[in-house]
Amino acid sequence: MVTMSQPEINAIQQPVEAAIRVVDLHKYYDLGETRVHALRGIAMDIASGEFVAIMGASGSGKSTFMNILGCLDKPSSGRYFLDGIDVSGLDKDKLAAIRNQKIGFVFQGFNLLSRTTALENVELPTLYAQVSKEEGEKRAREALELVGLAGRSTHFPSQLSGGQQQRVAIARALVNKPSILLADEPTGNLDSRTSVEIMEILERLNDSGLTIVLVTHEHDISQFARRSIQFRDGKVRRDELVVNRQRASQVLKTLPAEED
Amino acid sequence: MDLIAVARIAVRALARNKMRSSLTMLGIIIGVGAVIAMVGVGQGAQQQVQQQIAAMGSNILFVGSGTVTRGGTHMGWGATKTLVYADMLAILRECPAVKAAAPGSNTSTQVVFGNDNWATRINGTEPQYFEIRNWPFQEGTAFTQEDVDRAANVAVIGESVRKNLFGAAEPLGQTIRIKSLPFKVVGVLAQKGTSAAMGDDQDDVVLVPITTLQKKITGQDWLRWIMVSASSRQVSYAAQEQITSLLRDRHRIRAGQDDDFMVRNLADMADLADQAGSIMTMLLASIASVSLIVGGIGIMNIMLVSVTERTREIGIRMAIGATERNVQSQFLTEAVVLSLIGGAIGIVFGVGASYIITKTLGWVVLISPLAIATAVVFSMAVGIFFGFYPARKAAHLNPIEALRYE
Repeated sequence: MVTMSQPEINAIQQPVEAAIRVVDLHKYYDLGETRVHALRGIAMDIASGEFVAIMGASGSGKSTFMNILGCLDKPSSGRYFLDGIDVSGLDKDKLAAIRNQKIGFVFQGFNLLSRTTALENVELPTLYAQVSKEEGEKRAREALELVGLAGRSTHFPSQLSGGQQQRVAIARALVNKPSILLADEPTGNLDSRTSVEIMEILERLNDSGLTIVLVTHEHDISQFARRSIQFRDGKVRRDELVVNRQRASQVLKTLPAEED
Repeated sequence: MDLIAVARIAVRALARNKMRSSLTMLGIIIGVGAVIAMVGVGQGAQQQVQQQIAAMGSNILFVGSGTVTRGGTHMGWGATKTLVYADMLAILRECPAVKAAAPGSNTSTQVVFGNDNWATRINGTEPQYFEIRNWPFQEGTAFTQEDVDRAANVAVIGESVRKNLFGAAEPLGQTIRIKSLPFKVVGVLAQKGTSAAMGDDQDDVVLVPITTLQKKITGQDWLRWIMVSASSRQVSYAAQEQITSLLRDRHRIRAGQDDDFMVRNLADMADLADQAGSIMTMLLASIASVSLIVGGIGIMNIMLVSVTERTREIGIRMAIGATERNVQSQFLTEAVVLSLIGGAIGIVFGVGASYIITKTLGWVVLISPLAIATAVVFSMAVGIFFGFYPARKAAHLNPIEALRYE
């Protein structure tokens, strides 16, 4: 009888509760003569509704891992199941559809379109979905309301503070009701109070059931997640539950009010 | 995404950079405008030439006494004396494609009225000449066949002669003198203008009965020309052949020998003028097209700059689910919208330029719907052609690198 490892069995069964399952994920970059081995066999499950912080120094492979999770890049080998779908073999157009329907991105630099209003920025993903203009606008307004920016829908990014811009970006990530939210250093460009505010929004979204994967190099920020995964040299070094998890909503109360 | 949504996004993206977009469009505006104005000028000229040829009369063939070589000397046009009145009668009798014919001879001399004189061409002919040439009278009538029969001293004058001899005075019934013979003016011809084919003033002429000219003025009994009208434009070439073979026969010209007459077909000239006009129109259009192509290159240039500038935007769009096709169609649409708006303004510009040309230079400019349609299609094609490469470049960007682009 052939024996199979647990992840392999799981891979075949593709249980629904795992929002993300990666099996023996490798990624190489061929740079002329040399081959850079960015990921060296990553295996993990992230259950639906989890809040995972991914930590690691630069060069640890966490960015590569996030790009693969975000379907912006393909693994060199190994498999990646998102919502039970094997996305590692999909073509570019199908990956675009997956990004559109199942993944919400939040970036460190906000990445909003300039000279485009907050509402239109949030609407953007609905343009690439099979959604009517009216439905898209309705969803975008709801998403803006969720992040507390209903009153700023006609503002341009240049008229918004960094925290507000990041909230617009979160609303944009939510507008197509994704399965997972990928946040890549979402607080990297923000002061500490605004960072906690953003974490409070993510916390609230996670409490209502959204799966969140957060990349950060700040220990404080990672403490808001339920689970912390440490990368080093393309491998998972540590994968543990966060003890004494901080609640952003509580921390926010202890912080002094905004000075200006 | 439907086409309207894509077009709306494209218009908004272009509106963000108004100055740049309008300068880019300027290339297309000038190109399309130039094509429309130049084709208009060409077609206007062509039409005018055709009208002038038609004004000379319908289906006309001109039979002239020809050249002859005598003792090694090549004599000029009209040097032969072999074309005679009987030839005309034979043409009328024996050429089925011929409807009418008028004989003609001419001389140039001084015409005198009172103290004024005017050097002009005296044509001797018969009354049907005016019908063949489709030449109406502004005053009076043609001389009659009876005038011809008795070689009466009556004259019909052209507009240029009337103006120079009579000025404001009434010419009808007045007596003018040609070679000191008195002639009564019975009719004044309507103005015909400069002949398109020969470039001479057709109104600078006095017409008298052929008999009067031959017997009283020149003393010659041969004809310089016979003006023939064919039954229709279709048979004008047949008429030409019939006349040629008849006259060769009558003048006893052996095979291999040159004709001692010539037959000119106005349809021939019309065709030639048509051809020349088409070539000119094409030439003008192709010169103008060059500016349209230059405009297209301008679009390509700006789109390439735009793709580089908006690399991050492309990355964002790809991250949130835009396919390569979406990105490509977005940039392609921008290029097409740019060229179409430019084309639309170019049409207005071209029509305006044609109007100014008509007003200031007095040229006839013909704006054809075909030229406008061609300009629109062409400008759209320019947009697609020159927008394709930048759009493809945008679509093939790597989203990860595009997102990191500063």
